[in-house]
Amino acid sequence: MFEGEQKARFEATVLPHLDAAFNLARWLLRNRTDAEDVTQDALLRAFRAFGTYRSGNARAWLLQIVRNTCFTWLRQNRMAAEFMEFDEATMQQENENPETLAMADSDRERLTRALESLPESFREILVLRELEGCSYKEIAEITSRPIGTVMSGLARARLQLRNSLSQPAVKEARRAL
Amino acid sequence: MPCDQTQNQLHGYLDGELDALGAANFEKHLETCPDCKQSLSAEQSLHRSIQQAGLYERAPESLRRNLIGNLAARSEVKPFPAPRVSSWRWLAAAAVLLLTVLVGWQQLQRPRGLRGAQFMAASLVDAHLRSLQPGHLTDVESTDQHTVKPWFDGRIDFAPPVRDFASDGFPLLGGRLDVAGGRTVAALVYARRKHIINVFVEKAQPESNWNGAGESQGYHWLAWQQDGFSICAVSDVAATDLEQLRKLISEN
Repeated sequence: MFEGEQKARFEATVLPHLDAAFNLARWLLRNRTDAEDVTQDALLRAFRAFGTYRSGNARAWLLQIVRNTCFTWLRQNRMAAEFMEFDEATMQQENENPETLAMADSDRERLTRALESLPESFREILVLRELEGCSYKEIAEITSRPIGTVMSGLARARLQLRNSLSQPAVKEARRAL
Repeated sequence: MPCDQTQNQLHGYLDGELDALGAANFEKHLETCPDCKQSLSAEQSLHRSIQQAGLYERAPESLRRNLIGNLAARSEVKPFPAPRVSSWRWLAAAAVLLLTVLVGWQQLQRPRGLRGAQFMAASLVDAHLRSLQPGHLTDVESTDQHTVKPWFDGRIDFAPPVRDFASDGFPLLGGRLDVAGGRTVAALVYARRKHIINVFVEKAQPESNWNGAGESQGYHWLAWQQDGFSICAVSDVAATDLEQLRKLISEN
């Protein structure tokens, strides 16, 4: 296919799902700046791989690339990320970023914190279902899991989210100090 | 049915993913099991608070701009690939192309019945995609049904049902005129969380007399007939959300 045509087709079928791509990356990486970089990277990968995309669910196709790019990025940055998690200074900084300050709604803040505290696989499945409104079939396609696992995974993810909401315990207490 | 078996089903039920029989069985179980009933209502309230918290984060405009610039640069730099295919292959390719065009043309010629529905759904999904391009969403931008409804007067020869469902989680954003399947249709634009839903309305006629639901390019569509109108909602939200909007529109 001609390059220009390819680009036009990509812009018409894949680019409309940019918000979905960014939202998933933002929640997997827990950070907007990293999410911007990784989304950009994922979209360029998608563009290069667009020749292999035939038809079907463009959103699921793109989100699959986004989550794989995110997990690669996380693996590469894992050491740094784990180190930062224990770094109080970073916690402080994070607390001061405008998004956090703008969260007038305490419900939103509580949910954000609870969601961010979940393991990646639970966070991913909840974001795809609750925020992105994906069907089980789409989630199965994006995460390469059987549908039954998606359903039981959601049950466990919601349970853990509820637990984490009901005991904001340690971090909250530390914040208050 | 013992409760440990219903734990996962409860989530399938909550998410509208059980088939009719499964859902009926689960509802039957609910009647006799206060524990599951309580779990369900707890899950429903968690679901509601997630929906209301506005956790969805859209891509920043700068990312979109960079990306489009980046794509443009990539598709210009690469030189046009020289054809290195022998001539009989070209002939074969031309024959396939001709056949594709012929078959495609035949299908276009009979946009009725099931094919007609698919054809119409595809053109409405295209219209939905067009509407998401910057500046294309609404011709009249208002959350007030009393502004949107009269705007259509004189522009089309029917009065589409315009209602705001903000209190049910589907705020009206506005309306516009669009063309699908060669006919002018009214498009009502609703928001669902951070997603856009286009509700296309036209006067019911033999070609547009279709019902059903489906998926095309990652977008859901749901079509129904109501009060002499053919209505079709298109969006990337879940099929259950479209069903909820259909109920609101047809009950009001």
